[in-house]
Amino acid sequence: MPNDAIIQINNLSAKYSDDVILDNITFDVYQNEIFVVLGGSGCGKSTLLRHTIGLEVPFAGNVTIDGADLINCSETEFKNTLKKIGVLFQGSALFGSMTVSENVALPIQEYSNLKNDLIDKIVNLKLGLVGLEGYGNHLPSEISGGMKKRAGLARALALNPKILFLDEPSAGLDPITSKEIDELILDINKNLGTTIVIVTHELESIFTVAQRVIMLDKTKKGIIAEGKPADLKKYSTNQTVKDFFNRKSNKK
Amino acid sequence: MNMREKERTVLQRYTITELDNGHLYIHLNGRIDIESASNILNTLETKILSTSPKIVTINLDNVSYFDEYGALVLSELRKIVADQKGTLNISDKKNRSKIKASVANFDTPEKTTGIRKSPVNFFVRVGDASLSRMDNMKYFTSFLGSVILSFIDVLKHPKSIRLNDTITCMEKTGVNAIPIVALISFLLGLVMAFMSSLQLKQFGANIYVASLVSIAMVSELGPIMTAIVVAGRSGSAFAAEIGTMKISEEVDALFIMGFNPTTFLAVPRIIASMIVVPILTLFSDLFAIAGGLVIGILTLDLTFNSYIAQTLKTLSLFEVMWGLSKSVVFALIIAWIGCLRGFQTRGGADAVGNSATSAVVTSIFLIILFDSFFAVARSYLW
Repeated sequence: MPNDAIIQINNLSAKYSDDVILDNITFDVYQNEIFVVLGGSGCGKSTLLRHTIGLEVPFAGNVTIDGADLINCSETEFKNTLKKIGVLFQGSALFGSMTVSENVALPIQEYSNLKNDLIDKIVNLKLGLVGLEGYGNHLPSEISGGMKKRAGLARALALNPKILFLDEPSAGLDPITSKEIDELILDINKNLGTTIVIVTHELESIFTVAQRVIMLDKTKKGIIAEGKPADLKKYSTNQTVKDFFNRKSNKK
Repeated sequence: MNMREKERTVLQRYTITELDNGHLYIHLNGRIDIESASNILNTLETKILSTSPKIVTINLDNVSYFDEYGALVLSELRKIVADQKGTLNISDKKNRSKIKASVANFDTPEKTTGIRKSPVNFFVRVGDASLSRMDNMKYFTSFLGSVILSFIDVLKHPKSIRLNDTITCMEKTGVNAIPIVALISFLLGLVMAFMSSLQLKQFGANIYVASLVSIAMVSELGPIMTAIVVAGRSGSAFAAEIGTMKISEEVDALFIMGFNPTTFLAVPRIIASMIVVPILTLFSDLFAIAGGLVIGILTLDLTFNSYIAQTLKTLSLFEVMWGLSKSVVFALIIAWIGCLRGFQTRGGADAVGNSATSAVVTSIFLIILFDSFFAVARSYLW
């Protein structure tokens, strides 16, 4: 079903000054799927994400989201594309001067003409969705790390984006909360048909949510495996991939 | 272009049929999402309010996309219709249970936790403010205490002082501030000489311009101007640096690794400031006198030699040392308050900004206050 590709990455190369992080990467993400980018620490997962959402300009290659070429498109087209995506950053990136509710309300106020009391209703609903009822009035500094993550997720979901990018959604969370987040991800994908791209290295979540994964590698600076996680675990011949899925250290 | 186009596409999202028996039939179609929601809601609300129908049927057969924003619209419409003593029916051929569920979600009066904090009562605010002032005072003293303890510690173990940090800080606070301090002082000397010359000329006392500029700068304005510039440049920087470290848990990390954060972060800054601010003050004095000299030569017909001679005659070593010792105290105030505000930072990015602001405000206030103490002390003691 390559025609359904909602995100297309073509021959992307990324460098920070002289360090090549990603070298000539090509892959597609299809509509309505849960796609996971995985790999060990420092393999360029977050770099890939930053390039995909247009935060960084690639050294070479291009990125297309829902038909819009992020690198060559006009300012208006770029802005329109931003409306279609929601991002949960690794550190949640909640605005410290605003309450949790105000954080979630911010994009809604920007993109709709709804009255404030109606926006409040939506915000409460979104907070309920991530299990943060009653915490709307707290400042981000007053809630725990896991709650910040969920608040960040509520903010990313505020506009019901077509594509949701999650950078390490369950890193640093307890198993129960991280399981809840996994279920939430599956729910969102099923109910709203949202395409979800997740960057993670949590094996548990990968097996629960991922429909298709790509694995990046530090030495190859590119993709070393692509497919269903269960298949990769069973059939992959690549030693790094095998080690990753079986939690083996590569020190002999 | 966009606005009009958007309106047109939104207008196509519904058709309204009015039947004569007070029945309003509304067909929604296409995407009902955040972009179309408020428009649909507003138009239908006006329509319903103007016709006040008994029965409103909303048909969702042709709706292709529907989310909470759509549910919110339906729920609001139901409320409006109910207020008009009518009923609202939702008909959906595909009978999507999800839609019903999400509308019901908004229908049930929720336990609202409003977005905005409710304003608190006047007395509570006054009480809060007083308590926080008291806490502030407590912290002021306890931080001063911990700085003094750190200094004793450093005196006992001179090796524990972070020499590299101190030198970097001296460069940032001192060397980099020379151009701005020199420029301000030069202009200040210039203006002072010019303004005073207008008056002194009338008595033929031109030569006393040199005395006035030198004594005013060396004992009062030099130390104060330098301190204010340093407070603005470096006091705020100290607060912002330490504040950022505080909110990103770096200070906690230092503490856990067994460092004393005060010794590690505050002492180098305080030592550096206490060394470089007097030197900056000397520069300030010098440039102000140069500014006065320019006016003296250009407009007052004084010679270079006579101006310098008069300046030297006026200034005593005591005067210079007095100004410099004041500037040492000012430096201590600036660094102490800057670090204090940094360590007090709690919260997010805006807290860092507040710390930087209050570091500058507090230290300028204390500088002026202590300067008055010095003036009083001097007039009583000598």
